[in-house]
Amino acid sequence: MLIALAVLIAALLLAFTIGRYPAGLGDLLDLIAAKLAGGTAHVPPAAVDVLLHVRGPRVLAALLVGAALAVAGTAFQGLFRNPLVSPDLLGASSGAALGAVLGIYFSLGVFAIEACAFAGGLAAVGAVYLIGSAMRSRDPILVLVLTGVVIGALLGSGVGLVKYIADPYNQLPAMTFWLLGSLAATTSSDLVPLFGPVAFGILVLVALRWRMNVMSLPDEEARALGVPTGLLRVVIIAAATLVTSASVATAGIIGWIGLVVPHIARTLVGPDFARLLPAAALLGGGFLLAIDTLARTATATEIPLGILTSLVGTPFFIWLLAGMSKTWS
Amino acid sequence: MILSGHGLTIGYSDRVVGSGLDVALATGEVLALLGPNGGGKTTLLKTLLGLLPPQAGEVRLADRPLASYSSRERARLIAYVPQSHFTTFAFTVEAMVLMGRTAHGNLFSRPNTADRTIAARALERFGIAHLRERPYTMISGGERQLALLARALAQEPQFIVLDEPTASLDFGNQGRVMREIQALKAEGHGVLFTTHDPNHAMRAADRVYLLRQGTRIAEGDTDTILGRGELEALYGASVELITDRDSGRTAFLPG
Repeated sequence: MLIALAVLIAALLLAFTIGRYPAGLGDLLDLIAAKLAGGTAHVPPAAVDVLLHVRGPRVLAALLVGAALAVAGTAFQGLFRNPLVSPDLLGASSGAALGAVLGIYFSLGVFAIEACAFAGGLAAVGAVYLIGSAMRSRDPILVLVLTGVVIGALLGSGVGLVKYIADPYNQLPAMTFWLLGSLAATTSSDLVPLFGPVAFGILVLVALRWRMNVMSLPDEEARALGVPTGLLRVVIIAAATLVTSASVATAGIIGWIGLVVPHIARTLVGPDFARLLPAAALLGGGFLLAIDTLARTATATEIPLGILTSLVGTPFFIWLLAGMSKTWS
Repeated sequence: MILSGHGLTIGYSDRVVGSGLDVALATGEVLALLGPNGGGKTTLLKTLLGLLPPQAGEVRLADRPLASYSSRERARLIAYVPQSHFTTFAFTVEAMVLMGRTAHGNLFSRPNTADRTIAARALERFGIAHLRERPYTMISGGERQLALLARALAQEPQFIVLDEPTASLDFGNQGRVMREIQALKAEGHGVLFTTHDPNHAMRAADRVYLLRQGTRIAEGDTDTILGRGELEALYGASVELITDRDSGRTAFLPG
């Protein structure tokens, strides 16, 4: 947990002090001291503006989105008893993407786009779950993952169709940039529709942390231990899909965090959700903040977040598979 | 307290596994469920646990239909010990045993100090307190079975239902589990277990229930029911009865 916290603090300091405008650590500390003591900071007004109104909202959004994706991934992995499940794999992200792209196509407002993304994510995960559990198979988890892949591909076609018929000058660039994931356009007004659902969803999951431990056992065992698994499964899926969809609506599609971060967190603090959920939230926030800082400072033009997380995530996933294949034999 | 099934038809939505089954288990007694593979033992077990609704008939627990209990109420009265298995995630042995306390808390609670004391006592009771911090995925099959027994005990139930508790255990651990079943009975629990070994029923059970192709072929006191003829009819195979010259105790061998 200390490691997770250290990662987060390091990422925070870097994020506030690196950027095109030279507002450094000294300015930041001056500003914080002045705010706390109630005095005036000896910091240029432009630096104050950069720190509080440009970098500030973006830093907060990165923390929230990273934490949300990591917590949702942790919840899904426990619920489906499979360390290779992520919100992306079950179609929450692609469903939310289709919803949000439709929202942009119909020129809706921020809240309406977020509502579309949420509905899309929930519908996609619900469909994957219903289809997957309707099939009687000796390996239900494999069926579930395959169903997720198939539904995800279908939703991807839907996104492609909407992009094809969209206005190529106004809507299409917005959709493309949005689908690759970015926090560049984040302002403080984006924070409320992001913070509300993310905080609520994470709170629900944290409240159910012990029941989630029990639910990572086989279903009949969990029921025999007194857990109403059918009801709680719906609640957990809804909460995890709520935070995923809110993140996707704000930042677009950012893959891999929901898959990779839960693993790192589990390695650090073990599988008990009481410790796992906060650790995943801290690490996910720190990880995405570091990636976002890299995305806006590494080159003259911003690199889309989804691309950077995939660059980091793919080698990790392969390493994970290699490690697991040893225990399969 | 009595857990009983009346005129049960058991099975799944697409398949009837057994019918016309009456069974009863009282606290303070051990009932063994014997029968060939595919005969419906596990299905009957799950029906009596309330995990699988009967297609006809009724399961009753203490003069109330089992279906009228909430999962939490039910878990405070009946504990289930599945066959020892691997979990996906590496919970500690202590966490696994603490999960037995789930039904004693509310929806949002975590195990408290009192729960930890009860779990520690259960670990102590089965001699696995030293494994407390070890990952459940890294201990032996015998140790996992004992951890699951400790979890059932931590649940503080009236009835404990075990699915093939001796399967995949070595000889020494099989004896250990038989002794623990007797001890659980002595503490007042009603114990129901399935087994493939009639000798385990002889050793630990007061009564046996013989199930073949979804039909009860005999039920009653172990000593009177379990004979060579009954077992040959049950398994459709020849059975040898051997007697120890000194103690006079008997055991069965598959012929």
